[in-house]
Amino acid sequence: MSDSIQKLVELSRNQFEESGGSCNEALGEVTLEISRGQLLETCKILRDERGFSFEELIDLCAVDYSEFGNGSWDGSRFAVVYHLLSITHNHRLRLRVFLDNQQPVIDSVVDIWATANWFEREAFDLYGVLFEGHPDLRRILTDYGFIGHPFRKDFPLAGNVEMRYDEEKGRVIYEPVSIETRINIPRVIRHDHRFADGSSSEGENGDA
Amino acid sequence: MAMPEIRNYTLNFGPQHPAAHGVLRLVLEMDGEVIERADPHIGLLHRATEKLAETRTYNQALPYMDRLDYVSMMCNEHAYVMAVEKMLGVSVPVRARYIRVMFDEITRILNHLMWIGAHGLDIGAMTIFLYAFREREDLMDCYEAVSGARLHAAYYRPGGVYRDLPDSMPKYETSKWHNTKDVERLNRNRQGSMLDFIEDFTDRFPTCVDEYETLLTENRIWKQRTVDIGIVTPERALQLGFTGPMIRGSGIAWDLRKKQPYEVYEQLDFDIPVGTNGDTYDRYLVRVEEMRQSNRIIRQCVKWLRENSGPVMLDNHKITPPRRDDVKGDMESLIHHFKLFTEGYCIPEGEVYAAVEHPKGEFGIYMISDGANKPYRLKIRAPGFVHLSALDEMSRGHMLADVVAILGTQDIVFGEVDR
Repeated sequence: MSDSIQKLVELSRNQFEESGGSCNEALGEVTLEISRGQLLETCKILRDERGFSFEELIDLCAVDYSEFGNGSWDGSRFAVVYHLLSITHNHRLRLRVFLDNQQPVIDSVVDIWATANWFEREAFDLYGVLFEGHPDLRRILTDYGFIGHPFRKDFPLAGNVEMRYDEEKGRVIYEPVSIETRINIPRVIRHDHRFADGSSSEGENGDA
Repeated sequence: MAMPEIRNYTLNFGPQHPAAHGVLRLVLEMDGEVIERADPHIGLLHRATEKLAETRTYNQALPYMDRLDYVSMMCNEHAYVMAVEKMLGVSVPVRARYIRVMFDEITRILNHLMWIGAHGLDIGAMTIFLYAFREREDLMDCYEAVSGARLHAAYYRPGGVYRDLPDSMPKYETSKWHNTKDVERLNRNRQGSMLDFIEDFTDRFPTCVDEYETLLTENRIWKQRTVDIGIVTPERALQLGFTGPMIRGSGIAWDLRKKQPYEVYEQLDFDIPVGTNGDTYDRYLVRVEEMRQSNRIIRQCVKWLRENSGPVMLDNHKITPPRRDDVKGDMESLIHHFKLFTEGYCIPEGEVYAAVEHPKGEFGIYMISDGANKPYRLKIRAPGFVHLSALDEMSRGHMLADVVAILGTQDIVFGEVDR
């Protein structure tokens, strides 16, 4: 397994490094980062070149990095992450593309992998990422007439509006939410180097 | 020759329709009774699991996984705990691995029984539903015996499984529905340990599958409804991102349990059935054979679990709870217990994708951590979502009634499609 990962890393470095891509391996998984303009070209190579043969797009999702590390993030806010699988070579690759902060727009890969259709609709719905060239970029998971992109980090967990049936008006009405978001356990980041050596250590570091 | 003016009809199907498998709304554009375009509207069961998980600690987010695909609960949990374990860099005791594999396969049978019952009911076979639910009941009892819950088990935990297999099975008691003689018959295979009960099930189950096959495999009506319906070629299956029985039905022998083995699947002996035509009938045959293979795997696991004992949970109390007795008497354990259940544990910065061969296909968890005690981003790769997106292509040119057959063959459960 690790041999094939090494081969894949080398192959992708040779192929994409001159056009500004970067490839690295962590936890036995290969991640390739490319710039937005190279996406379609890269995807075609990844699907069609013999060494890659990524026939399947397993997953596509957007990520909002704005609160990463409690606000220590200084890169682009949005990224789109593709997970590819090659049936021929039995390997996987993660492809990440960071988007412009002002306008989260990226080319659609529907013509390369038909699966992307709904995944891109989902990413648009939840994060507001626009996919250029998508045949039918509608909302998919949220309600008809929903406002906002709920998975963005600045969208409140409880939402903005709530819905109920109004007896007098005889129809469903929307009102501002009446509940407060309750977080029982605060989010904390601890670096205790327990996992620094990468093995399963049962040592006590006494951070408790 | 003057032709009468023919209009296309737009037909709304669901969301409250028994054959919609939950809450699917389909907008069908029809030419007569032929489907021109199918537009599934999903999201009626959307609960924003991924967003909720961002505000929960790693252990608290685990029970949400049960509620995704609510007919194969433990497989969902499995992908999640694998992702957490991979990021923590811990490895699970081998007994826990065998228990997980055994319950994955029990879950696969549970799922396929549900599927065969519902699919049959959808396209005109009534009896199979009753047969399938008879066996489901026994396996649900196994779920209950091991975790206390029949559906939402929360049994797999990061670091192992919650507890070891019980030494006894719960028994029926006499009531106004069961007299003494009934109870005696019902409890006959519940006298020993849980492993005895499961072994007895695996002895019986192949005959049960034979029964299902007698009802359906050569049944003329069944064949008329399934053969050549929803054909997917191997090339299209790859394009459409199919996994699991859907891609195997199209003739591609792809199974993560064989190709990218996790837990102890390498040590187990089983076969991967594949179809030839890629139609609904082939996918039916594939799933039926998968039940037999799962039965084989369960038997091997039972044998191993009988012969070997050991811990089922890691002894690392940063991520697994300490023993209850220790908490009462030992300061260190008390602190561990308190920290684990209040703050949880932090996972080093990084990202991981962990996938299991779920009964419906590849179920994956993509997790990004920024070093906090909660996931920064959790993406659930649900096989049903991908398969349902192919419904349009699969049902074009078919009749209205075939849409139901195609929905059935995709094995759709809305918990995971909508997430």
